[in-house]
Amino acid sequence: MKLSIERSALLKAISQAQSVVERRNTIPILANVLIEAEGDTAHFRATDLDIEVVDKATAVVERAGATTVSAVTLHEIVRKLPDGALVNLIDDGATGRLAVEAGRSKFSLATLPKEDFPVMASSEYASNFSIAAPALRRLFDKSKFAISTEETRYYLNGVYMHVSDADGGQVLRCVATDGHRLARIDTDLPDGASAMPGVIVPRKTVNELAKLLNDDDLKIAVSVSETKVRFATPDVTLTSKVIDGTFPDYTRVIPQGNTRKLEVDASEFAKAVDRVATVSSERSRAVKLTLDEDRLILSVNAPDAGAAEEELAVAYGDESLEIGFNAKYLLEIASQVDRENAVFMFNSSGDPTLMREGNDTSAIYVVMPMRV
Amino acid sequence: MPALCQDCLTPFENGTRCPACRSPRIVSHPELFDLTIAHMDCDAFYASVEKRDDPSLIDKPVIIGSRRRGVVSTACYIARIRGVKSAMPMFKALKLCPDAVVIRGRMDEYVATSRRIRALMEELTPMIEPLSLDEAFLDLSGTQNLHGAPPAIMMAHLVKRMRDEIGISGSIGLSHNKFLAKVASDLDKPRGFSVIGKAETAAFLNDKPVRMIWGVGQATQASLNKAGIHTFNDLLRWERVDLSNRFGSMGDRLWHLARGQDYRRVSNNAPIKSISKETTFNEDTASVDILDGHLWRLAEQVADRAKARNLAGRVVTLKLKRANHTLVSRRLSLRDATQLADTIYTTTRGLFDGVGNQGPYRLIGVGIADLIPEEKGDLSADLLDSNAKTRSKTERATDIIRNKFGKDAILKGRALR
Repeated sequence: MKLSIERSALLKAISQAQSVVERRNTIPILANVLIEAEGDTAHFRATDLDIEVVDKATAVVERAGATTVSAVTLHEIVRKLPDGALVNLIDDGATGRLAVEAGRSKFSLATLPKEDFPVMASSEYASNFSIAAPALRRLFDKSKFAISTEETRYYLNGVYMHVSDADGGQVLRCVATDGHRLARIDTDLPDGASAMPGVIVPRKTVNELAKLLNDDDLKIAVSVSETKVRFATPDVTLTSKVIDGTFPDYTRVIPQGNTRKLEVDASEFAKAVDRVATVSSERSRAVKLTLDEDRLILSVNAPDAGAAEEELAVAYGDESLEIGFNAKYLLEIASQVDRENAVFMFNSSGDPTLMREGNDTSAIYVVMPMRV
Repeated sequence: MPALCQDCLTPFENGTRCPACRSPRIVSHPELFDLTIAHMDCDAFYASVEKRDDPSLIDKPVIIGSRRRGVVSTACYIARIRGVKSAMPMFKALKLCPDAVVIRGRMDEYVATSRRIRALMEELTPMIEPLSLDEAFLDLSGTQNLHGAPPAIMMAHLVKRMRDEIGISGSIGLSHNKFLAKVASDLDKPRGFSVIGKAETAAFLNDKPVRMIWGVGQATQASLNKAGIHTFNDLLRWERVDLSNRFGSMGDRLWHLARGQDYRRVSNNAPIKSISKETTFNEDTASVDILDGHLWRLAEQVADRAKARNLAGRVVTLKLKRANHTLVSRRLSLRDATQLADTIYTTTRGLFDGVGNQGPYRLIGVGIADLIPEEKGDLSADLLDSNAKTRSKTERATDIIRNKFGKDAILKGRALR
């Protein structure tokens, strides 16, 4: 194999590969990236056996071929090369080394046989559809903060992507929860998606996917089967196993009968929560919301550390209410609001509270209160 | 030489019998009235409680522990004469002493008795460091003016009151530091009173084996022996740095102990770090049903202890021992600390399911750690488990019933499995 490639194109391709590779590996070849050169393209493939990413880059291929080298090492080398450099990758097959040459720099990297590289078995996808990058980005960006890290509830360690019925017809919906808060984000159902099976997309895949969605003009090709999900741009294909488990019936969790409505400027609210929470050194900082006629008092009382209070002008017309929340959870959901006021719907101090943006029900959040 | 009668507490100078009551149970030592650090150790505590509550046991060998499997937790002195020791496997103990009365033990009663003893100790000094239910260090420095009597007399008074008022006998070690006080209390059991003074410390330790040190178990002893260290005398030959290099932080401590020095304070604020309960089965089992029943019962016992001490734990632990004695342990940090049996059970059940059934198991244990005051725990309910709130209310309600009518007054069905 012999090819030359522009440094920035190589860096882009190899960055995604090295982030998929697990830092600690018991199987040596999983630390490597498979480089395949043919025609006028080079493919860079990396996997952790659950996720596989393939990056395509234009290259001048003098001699077709394939080999594998350490993804992290190659990434570090390319990162440190000067911008605009032309990089030559040469594998003569006999030495078991890959030569990396750029200008006066020369590296020789150990390789492992390409035959040993595990390629993810291809899958029959039940549903293929295309969706604009911003819509897909919104689905995952707004829900991923609620993903659980608790290993015993592995079925919550991802975002549940599925087709659901909403007021205006069918929607493509993402839900994540950790048992303390829940996010439910909807978008218009893309053509061809209605037969899609519901899948739980693992946390790591969600994070890798975010890197594919930076370009607002891109259309993302999505393929879904019972066991796998694939997201593809013209240059990158991300294939992932989905979590083998049943996502709980989240619809029961979403309160329907909450009537006490609070409307507040989300960013003012978030800043105030952040300020009053400062005095508490507890791991779970509790903030008390005291609601009265158009008045909200946020307070924290940490007997060992101190106390804080802040008043906000809000729209609230119901009976007075006192309710406590974990400050971090409040901040996280308040920071999801980007256009309008945050609307909170309360029931009692022991019941789940609902939050949405204005009257938009395409993104709703539920948070469990805590005793204060 | 200053002397003290253990029966009538009369202090006197010289003599082999008490001048007041003619009792031969006297303790005499040049430094008797100058030493202030004491260690009190009850004599065969669990067995003594049983004998106190059931006089028909008084002249019989009594062993506390599980008859079928498990180990001796306490043996009375009659059983000890036959060679039965604590931590000995039960079958071995019964071979040595086939007529022993084996009692499973009543932890509640032991705890209650221990509390009464603790109350007596608290009248002497606030500086009490309990090591377990039946032993504690006491620092009586500076209490002489308060009590109008030196520590030795107050300690003799303590064991006398323990016998008269609670019906439990104990042994006293009196010295100038914790290490030697603990060593002393063990010298003359039962009903002993031993003193190790400053002047005699070096001579006393000289040829004593290093395993006498509290904290030197089999493993440390083996590595000490490998280095040619068997007695305190051997230790004295080592330079401080060499001991540190070879044995780490233990080495430095050994260097001091070899010289009879122990600067640790008697401290009553050693907090509880964890609460755990475990069961060794009569027969190894791989049955998920049986194990699940044990999980619930253990979770309930752990929760009971946590509630009694007003604590909640942020970490839940599960421990399993396979038939070949290999250990499997799992832990999970909760977002919200808990003292509820229901939460401890569901969490350990999740951990258990994650381990998969690698049984048969011989032991299962449940615990909580990273403890905080209960008012900072169980602050919020699980969004996904809508019944959790009801179950926790039920648990609080059954707790009230169980406190009033006994632990078995109301049970979950799964507790019967």
